[in-house]
Amino acid sequence: MCLAVPGLVKNINGEDAEIDFGGVIRKVNVSLVDVEEEDYVIVHAGYAIEKLEEEDARKSLEVWEEVMEAQEKMQG
Amino acid sequence: MKPNFDQFKLRDAKKAKKILKKIEDADEKIKLMHVCGTHQDTLVKHGLDPMLKKVGVEICQGPGCPVCVTTQREIEEMITLAENGKTVAVFGDMLNVPGSEKTLLDIRSEGGDVKIVYSIDDALKMAKEKDEVVFISVGFETTIPSTANVIKNGPPSNFSILPCNRVVPPALEAIMDMGEIDLDGLIEPGHVSTIIGTEPYRSLSDRYKIPQVVAGFEPLDLLLAVWMLLKQVQEGRSEVENEYKRVVKEEGNVKAKKLMEKVFEPTDVRWRGFPNIPDSGLKLRERYGMYDARDKFSDILGPLKDREFEEPEGCSCGAVLRGVMKSNECTLFGDECTPNDPVGPCMVSREGACNIEYRYR
Repeated sequence: MCLAVPGLVKNINGEDAEIDFGGVIRKVNVSLVDVEEEDYVIVHAGYAIEKLEEEDARKSLEVWEEVMEAQEKMQG
Repeated sequence: MKPNFDQFKLRDAKKAKKILKKIEDADEKIKLMHVCGTHQDTLVKHGLDPMLKKVGVEICQGPGCPVCVTTQREIEEMITLAENGKTVAVFGDMLNVPGSEKTLLDIRSEGGDVKIVYSIDDALKMAKEKDEVVFISVGFETTIPSTANVIKNGPPSNFSILPCNRVVPPALEAIMDMGEIDLDGLIEPGHVSTIIGTEPYRSLSDRYKIPQVVAGFEPLDLLLAVWMLLKQVQEGRSEVENEYKRVVKEEGNVKAKKLMEKVFEPTDVRWRGFPNIPDSGLKLRERYGMYDARDKFSDILGPLKDREFEEPEGCSCGAVLRGVMKSNECTLFGDECTPNDPVGPCMVSREGACNIEYRYR
């Protein structure tokens, strides 16, 4: 039940926004986050629970590098 | 702009093999627990758990399924409301959970007004047309802020909620306190942590010296989390690390946390398979008390207070939720208990360990 999926904010109208989930547009409540149009959000049970930034996507790779590559360099 | 979701996906097979090799080379036997149905789904769907088992890592699902941990009493309350003419708005997973004699689905086929909703906002809309609408508020921290938002905004007086919410950290503490299962690390739920941040896990690491990693839901997220935990074990550390940095901030979602606190206060509550866990449930604060279905319909629900509700005979959901039994070790699994004819909630909910096991294997 804690499944949450990413979507792209299209139009914001008060607490609600139209979110593009890759072709499917749904109305989502955005009152829990500070977002603008064209922001990515992560949506759970009709509510955006966090903003996703492209920079944030890169953070996964940073964690990867920190944990995996850095250690290899040390060993190398 | 067309959305590009690929940037948020982590499914590189080469990288996966690389981590698995490292885990194998570490040559360590460890046992981990996660508390999230979506983690279990990723582990089973992508066949990660047998791969990990082969290299010495065993992972079990603890009490990580909000529908599964609801008690027979709560299910009976939902059914009683529906039987007494209230419109009961509920997440789909709850519909087929067996009460002592019936399910919500049975009540619906008998003419009861049981509605499936995707969000609490759907339930709120129903209040415009219906007499009395009760939203069954099931869910962990990921879901609770949406409920808090609706209550804070002052819904109409014919709308109420049946609070069945639970918060995760006290349950982890209960698992550690009970000491039934010897764990080397905890994989913390990414979307619960999106709301609460990483701080609430720290006291666990301090008290029980248990390594913890907050993890995302892609296959690589989980593999990386396992590797991070393994490293903590090998280096004798017991810290709270965050693998899911692209979503989870250290402080969590501050706006959502404040909203939860404004509307709810902690209360002791039982979880299926567990004794009473202090401060692991939520009740509405006094100023929002008029939206609590237990008070509003005390004439209907009151008589349930003195009754005892037994869990279904032979059902091992409690043991599965405590991580001491695997779904397929239950004698009812796949035979007397299937998703079409379930005995316990772990076979009903798509987040339940038994349902996931049955669907993919």
